[in-house]
Amino acid sequence: MRKPKNPEKFKAANKAFNEGLRRHPVTGEGLPAFGTNVLTNVINEAGAYPTYNFKEGRYADAGKISGETIAQLETERGGNPTHGCHVGCAIRCSGIFVDKDGNYITKQPEYETVWAHGGNCGICDPDVIARLDFLDDNIGLDTIEMGATIGVAMEAGLLAFGDSAGAIRLVEEVGQGTPLGRILGSGCAFTAKAFGIERAPVVKGQAMPAYDPRAVKGMGVTYATTPMGADHTAGYAVTANILKVGGDVDPLSPAGQVELSRNLQVATAALDATGFCLFIAFAILDQADTFQAMVDTLNGMYDWNLTGDDVAALGKKILSMERDFNRRAGFTAAHDRLPRYFQREALPPHNVTFDVADKHLDSVFNWE
Amino acid sequence: MPPTIELKLYATLAAFQPAEAERFPLPPEASVASLLAILGIPAEVVKLIFVNGVRVDPAFRLQPGDRVGLFPPVGGG
Ligand code: SF4
Repeated sequence: MRKPKNPEKFKAANKAFNEGLRRHPVTGEGLPAFGTNVLTNVINEAGAYPTYNFKEGRYADAGKISGETIAQLETERGGNPTHGCHVGCAIRCSGIFVDKDGNYITKQPEYETVWAHGGNCGICDPDVIARLDFLDDNIGLDTIEMGATIGVAMEAGLLAFGDSAGAIRLVEEVGQGTPLGRILGSGCAFTAKAFGIERAPVVKGQAMPAYDPRAVKGMGVTYATTPMGADHTAGYAVTANILKVGGDVDPLSPAGQVELSRNLQVATAALDATGFCLFIAFAILDQADTFQAMVDTLNGMYDWNLTGDDVAALGKKILSMERDFNRRAGFTAAHDRLPRYFQREALPPHNVTFDVADKHLDSVFNWE
Repeated sequence: MPPTIELKLYATLAAFQPAEAERFPLPPEASVASLLAILGIPAEVVKLIFVNGVRVDPAFRLQPGDRVGLFPPVGGG
């Protein structure tokens, strides 16, 4: 095992850091009890839960697949809603999903997975979603991409929204490599092209996750501009837009979203480079002492003297390198956009479109 | 018929769920703060208040038929 260069400093910092994670109600209570899927009810309540391939912002059956419901189901069946995905995690947002006879099926499906294969496809049976989660893992598919692909296939009329058996069959076909399975296995953008569907919720060829960009506009800015393609984790604006963590920015207005997304993208690029789990962000965004403790663990580990400003500079450097890579691969500002139908088609219940101006999207990386 | 609201209590707040939450009487004072008092929920455990899908503060005044969603601090991703 690697040893810290400055063990005293590392030990003290790590202690303060863990204490901070336990103190914050999200990392200390919400995530351990319900996992990431606690978001189903919140995002649905906010009218930003993409339903039926991003047609509506609320799913009537969300309660049947919420984190609260699944945690209870796991407990009743002898699974476990509070489990660390690696030894030593102080948060433990993961869990163990078992069938009605108590047999292991899969790890507790994440919010994104439950959404992609659930609400996005009109499916509200936790056992079906768990089966799809297992199949994705077993075949080696990304659950967001695969769920969004099935949603597009449903929109194309290949199967009906809500068709659980059909969704399982299609994912199995991907694993078998049938002709249809090869199309679906190539992802959401490819499938939409194959079936002539405009409504492909993708940026840079990658499927959007579980937050409609019209009703969480900071997330829309991140989807559009992150070098990764529509990736929620690259700048998780849901924090200030919906959860009142790290600020408070109205999710339905275009105002303030570019700055919010920029700051989060910079911080996240740096955090990802450290190897810390991203979920520590809830605690370090809200608690200055926990942020400092996080930086001090790095300083103790490597005998560095990093400051908060150095962390921001590191994040900017990483983003600029990623953007340089993309530029040389042929990406331009025209790729830093959402599909146009998000500007044209209003999302109920708030009846909002994506209205952050293109020129503002182009100002996200304003240090370049 | 007295005016009602549709009440939704999530995560750990489900413990405060009243009977007939779907048709809960609109509090006489109509503010969210007074609703919390009637439900016996300490104000500090409620982090997010949604009324008809829009986040509001405790002073917000409710109208008959409003959909009210209450959450403790939550996060995920
Ligand atoms: S390391 Fe992160 S993802 Fe894994 S259980 Fe801990 S908090 Fe959850």
